[in-house]
Amino acid sequence: MSAAGKTLAVAAAGLAAGAAVAARRGRRNPSGTSPADRWLTVTVNRAPQEVPADELPAPLAEFGDRIETRIRPAPGDRGTELAVRLKEAGPALAYSAPARLAGADPRQELRSALRDAKALLETGEVMRPDSPPTTHDTPGGRIVGLLSRRAGGEGVL
Amino acid sequence: MKALCWEGVNKLSVEQVPDPELRNDQDVIVRLVAGTTCGSDLHLIGGYIPFMRAGDVIGHEFIGEVVETGAGVRRHKVGDRVVVCSFVGCGRCWYCANDLWSLCDNTNTNPGIGQALFGADTGGIFGYSHAMGGLRGSHAEYVRVPFADYGAFPVPEGVDDTSALFVSDSVPTGWMGADLAGVKPGDVVAVWGCGAVGQMAARAAMLLGAERVISIDRIPERLEMTERHIGSEVIDYTATDVGAELRERTGGRGPDVCIEAVGMEAHSDSPVHLYDQVKQQLRLQTDRPTAVRQAIHACRKGGTVFVLGVFGGAVDKFPLGAVINKGLTVRGAQQHGQRYIPMLLDRLAAGELSTAHLATHSVPLEEAPRAYEMFKDKDDGCVRAVIRPGG
Repeated sequence: MSAAGKTLAVAAAGLAAGAAVAARRGRRNPSGTSPADRWLTVTVNRAPQEVPADELPAPLAEFGDRIETRIRPAPGDRGTELAVRLKEAGPALAYSAPARLAGADPRQELRSALRDAKALLETGEVMRPDSPPTTHDTPGGRIVGLLSRRAGGEGVL
Repeated sequence: MKALCWEGVNKLSVEQVPDPELRNDQDVIVRLVAGTTCGSDLHLIGGYIPFMRAGDVIGHEFIGEVVETGAGVRRHKVGDRVVVCSFVGCGRCWYCANDLWSLCDNTNTNPGIGQALFGADTGGIFGYSHAMGGLRGSHAEYVRVPFADYGAFPVPEGVDDTSALFVSDSVPTGWMGADLAGVKPGDVVAVWGCGAVGQMAARAAMLLGAERVISIDRIPERLEMTERHIGSEVIDYTATDVGAELRERTGGRGPDVCIEAVGMEAHSDSPVHLYDQVKQQLRLQTDRPTAVRQAIHACRKGGTVFVLGVFGGAVDKFPLGAVINKGLTVRGAQQHGQRYIPMLLDRLAAGELSTAHLATHSVPLEEAPRAYEMFKDKDDGCVRAVIRPGG
């Protein structure tokens, strides 16, 4: 296989692995909780009184009453569990694999905001990617670029 | 500025790229004094970690001078000579607060990739693919260092640049392997791999009190270097049966602690190597765990195996039965450098550690592609090529 072909093949393998995980996670689980109903949750390394529900960082506060919030102490002095979910679930199609690849799944924006809120509470800033970019497009690189663009709003948390 | 860029599988070139910029208040910009080739870079270059884009700057082990600081930086000023940990840690998430820095929650800007692959994202690392955050690497004239108050460390007077360079990654990685494997006085420790990380793991085991340390490799120059500079016993695996040799040297018990410092492109002189090569090339397994398997088999009952080599995915024929039936503890980690670097710099200054011998070659940035070829092929006794952007 040529070097370019090999690059494409390994990038495709990475995408396939990610898609398989995404497809598996998209199914309704045995307990009946649909992905749209599930809480997105992180643990913030701050005491519960330092994560007040009415003073959440801007990325989450901007959702206003479109989200539900659940805050509770984490066990074992691990900080505070911060969970959010959208009040209006939206159509099932919005959570499909194509919607996720297109960046149109509403949970992606919320998940990204939740992560940013955690980073702000813990460090005071959200680490930004390097800029200007040094990369240029190749077939394999476009796949990695797409995965990177979606990675901020995707994942298992 | 000039930088060493990955341009495709087994294609590196020095390119003109835009200078890095401060992106957060807690960033600094470092002018590179020196960086070094690392065996884990070869996994990227060879396409074994499929999350690179053409134009990505590689390199993650480096020393330099602070030339610009963000408004939130408190512990550094322009002109500081610093060695920078290859992993970026925010310093304030639960993992950083508990000295598990490479697991930082806040420094991988592409968390979804790691979460899909591993079930959780790792911290970011310089120049190590978009799965690990997509940060620019250090084989360049300048590099941005996020959360610099936590990841950049002043180098003591009297410690030269080349010696300090390796405290960025290979020394703390090796130290961590011996430390987290629980090496204690009286232990017999075996280390697979006589590259920089393996040598440093062997030295760390000695300083932590191991009674005997035995290093394993096949490259004569590396075996000789390890014997001479580290002082450990050595085994050439092409000349003997490693398992039998270790049993004989340990009264039939096997080593108390086995440290694997080889990684996903391990070699072996057994037929199993061909099997692993074929499966890896066909993508039926992502990594070749040859040395890990051997370490698990060689380890004494109830002993500890620590995996320091870089692995990225799934392996085949993992001897889980030996783990269970021999009651082994198996651990692994990417390096928690911030936990160890200040102590290691002090030990370097005190003469308890020596690293300068690792720098077998030195080249300007323009010759970095050739240096990586030499490093990959282990030509001319190359253990580490130091890349100096300033020439």
